[in-house]
Amino acid sequence: MLNKYPLWKTLMVAFIVALGALYATPNLYGEAPAVQVSGLRGVEADAATLDQVKAQLEQNNIAYDNIALDKGQILTRFKDTESQLKARDILDDHLGKQYSVALNLTPNTPDWLASIGGAPMKLGLDLSGGVSFLMEVNMKEAMAKAKAGLVGEFRNDLRNEKIRYRSVKEDGDNIVVIFRKVEDLQAAESLLEKRYRDLVLTTDEDELLIKASMTEQKQKEIREYALQQNITIIRNRVNELGVAEPLVQRQGKKHIVIELPGVQDTAKAKEILNATATIEFRLVDTEGDLTSALNGRVPASSILLTDRDGKPSLLKKRIMLTGDHITDAKSGFDEYSRPQVNISLDSAGGSKMSNGTKNNIGKPMATVFIEYKATDKKDAEGNIIFEKVEEIISIATIQARLGKTFRITGAGSQAEAHNLALLLRAGALIAPITIVEERTVGPTLGAENVQLGFKAIMLGFAFVFAFMMFYYRAFGVVANLALGANLVLIVGVMSMIPGATLTLPGMAGIVLTVGMAVDANVLIFERIREEIREGKSIQQAIHQGYEAAFSTIIDANITTLIAALILFAVGTGPVKGFAVTLSIGIITSMFTSVVASRAVVNAVWGGKRLEKLSI
Amino acid sequence: MFSFRLKETVAFMSYRKYAMIFSALLMLAAVASLATNKLNFGLDFTGGTLIEVGFEQAADLETLRGVMTSNGYPEAKIQFYGSSRDVVIRLGLRDDVKAEMLGNQVLDILQENTGQNIDMRRIEFVGASVGDELAEQGGLAMLTALICILVYVAFRFEWRFAIGSVAALFHDVLLTLGLFSVLGLEFDLTVLAAILAVIGYSLNDTIVVSDRIRENFRKLRTGTAEEIINISLTQTLSRTFITSLTTLLVLAALFFWGGALIHGFATALLFGVFVGTYSSIYVASSVALTLGISKEDLIPEVIEKEGADQEEMMP
Repeated sequence: MLNKYPLWKTLMVAFIVALGALYATPNLYGEAPAVQVSGLRGVEADAATLDQVKAQLEQNNIAYDNIALDKGQILTRFKDTESQLKARDILDDHLGKQYSVALNLTPNTPDWLASIGGAPMKLGLDLSGGVSFLMEVNMKEAMAKAKAGLVGEFRNDLRNEKIRYRSVKEDGDNIVVIFRKVEDLQAAESLLEKRYRDLVLTTDEDELLIKASMTEQKQKEIREYALQQNITIIRNRVNELGVAEPLVQRQGKKHIVIELPGVQDTAKAKEILNATATIEFRLVDTEGDLTSALNGRVPASSILLTDRDGKPSLLKKRIMLTGDHITDAKSGFDEYSRPQVNISLDSAGGSKMSNGTKNNIGKPMATVFIEYKATDKKDAEGNIIFEKVEEIISIATIQARLGKTFRITGAGSQAEAHNLALLLRAGALIAPITIVEERTVGPTLGAENVQLGFKAIMLGFAFVFAFMMFYYRAFGVVANLALGANLVLIVGVMSMIPGATLTLPGMAGIVLTVGMAVDANVLIFERIREEIREGKSIQQAIHQGYEAAFSTIIDANITTLIAALILFAVGTGPVKGFAVTLSIGIITSMFTSVVASRAVVNAVWGGKRLEKLSI
Repeated sequence: MFSFRLKETVAFMSYRKYAMIFSALLMLAAVASLATNKLNFGLDFTGGTLIEVGFEQAADLETLRGVMTSNGYPEAKIQFYGSSRDVVIRLGLRDDVKAEMLGNQVLDILQENTGQNIDMRRIEFVGASVGDELAEQGGLAMLTALICILVYVAFRFEWRFAIGSVAALFHDVLLTLGLFSVLGLEFDLTVLAAILAVIGYSLNDTIVVSDRIRENFRKLRTGTAEEIINISLTQTLSRTFITSLTTLLVLAALFFWGGALIHGFATALLFGVFVGTYSSIYVASSVALTLGISKEDLIPEVIEKEGADQEEMMP
């Protein structure tokens, strides 16, 4: 037997390693300092903006390497960080509020490589510097809000259908509607049953009440919606920060991860992220008696709120519209040059507004600003208790039936109108959020981590290289080739997978893989030695060595892979980073040490009559 | 040809009683230490704030303590981190200050009061609820890993091996936790990752040995279970040594040159590889042997070899 290895396998190995090497190369080119200009709030940078940027840079004698418009973003590369910083300041001053100007590092990957999807590995914040937040959405508040909304809708529906009821109120997890007559109850039951299929209704004809509770499914939907809505709003807020390549992602059932590479001013970032403000529109209760309300006799259908100066007003309890329907708000001037705020709503908001205003033309409408402030108190489960602070920010008269777009006048000064627009635009969070975790890594530490990690990988590599050469001679060289190919493949795969990020524990994972990757070759080589000792021919020994060790290698690695995958599934942060490189490393090392090393061994020793083997 | 190979079969299993007593004692010690010393849980689990700063010149910890105390943080724990210019300040969770702003506040205080240019290296804040969730998740991950592995090994090998390998894993994890408890080393997320890597490594080792035992049970016609296990351990010993050695070499590189952040990780793995190597020889095999592993258990029930059916026909 001359121990042949099929040609196609050798070619496949060559192809895969070459492909890995190709996608690993972008990491060698490094990154260039760049400035990224992107539009805010639906505005996209276009050719005109590009000309503007070019003109500004030329006017100020700032040399740039390359400027390009791509997907509504303008990216300008510079030779050094000095011109990058200068350019940022100038562009920030001249482009206006509709664009965010952010510092960025752009890979110097050649175009031909980039066009086939080549890009360097993404570095985690512990290596690149920056800040990451973990936000928790207060689901209790989200549920409470949803329930309050249902109470309003029930009242509305019953009133529209002229069904008389005594009261609609929340009672624990349920909403209870109490009636005076059985006929009303029956009419209401058939109405509510038809409209709210996702609610469970229980009627009690003796007590004259209907109890409505949310199904598990409905509650889940509310939580999902709250999370998604908050993510959207946080994305908007993060965009206002002007950070290049931010990441906003859900994590688990109620958490949101935010990563802001390169951000140092964490105080400002926190302020903007933490602004848990929302807006509500309510009609002013013009019939109610303000004086008696101030003395504690507030009408049942109204609430008493004050404005910033402490001036009280009576408002209708029913909320006409909540701020989460607002899609845009801009400040401007009306025909008499008075400041105003132009508001655009989504379609659901538009019809709500239209219904709410059609019978109330000429009446005053209040805009209420609501902020949830974290207190130092905690509930039984250790969650922070929020205090709801409500404040009237403007009262304006409804001039006409309002639709999807309308304006608010009477906001006072232009600055105030501008502020109001900003608040409205910042979006309303469905439920308040808190920062439950924050990690900031300074740029020097990040650079140091890269350096240390790199050094550890290289040293570990050198040790293993030296040992394998010493112990297995020529076969040691083969194992080292496999090890080198393994490293290239890990880097290549890490660069190819969009979600994979290299972190410091990830580097540790690579180091560990380097140590463990030789295991498969050790198993094979020890087997070959054994077979030779048992008197088999050299070629047979090689063949047997690879065959016999194969199932052991598979078993041993699959179990490690199980551990790594579980780590990946449940782990967060450093654990996940480690799991990624470990999983990739295990898979690539199985390939390189079994298939690739065999290809080399057979290319050198296969098919010949050998008396002795250097192993 | 240089080799770790032993010429004679070593009677590993004849020492198994001593090894088991030794392991049992170590495990008891680990449990005792975990019960009394507990684990020095890091920020990831306890919650609180950690600030690492770099000074231009060597910092004086006493001065810094004074500064922190006079600014309302008497409980701050201040330590050097890696060098005399790098300082770590740890603060517990407080109810009176907005925790997520604490890091910036402390940085300002230090900047104002030390007269040195301070380089902010990192700030970490972890809320109280996160730690509990994490501990729960970490424990759950470990449990899931153990169960999955148990099922896989039981399916691929035999239940006695599965119990043996899980016992070995349990042994390794407990001893590594014990080491962290005895030395009072900080137990954070990266250490948790390291412990799960120890599981992976130890298992890798155990499987290689079990695999050889299974093979020898099928191949060798004679010999008691104990003899066969001894032969298998002797045959795999050189590979066990070499792999452990290369892994220890790279871990040593990580331990000495990987930086302070990765120190706990490297420590856990270094120790884990040691006990993992020992446990794959003594714990896993001893348990399988004690549970009464025999030749019959590992011979496939249906023998599909040529001639097997003809044996019956022979006189």
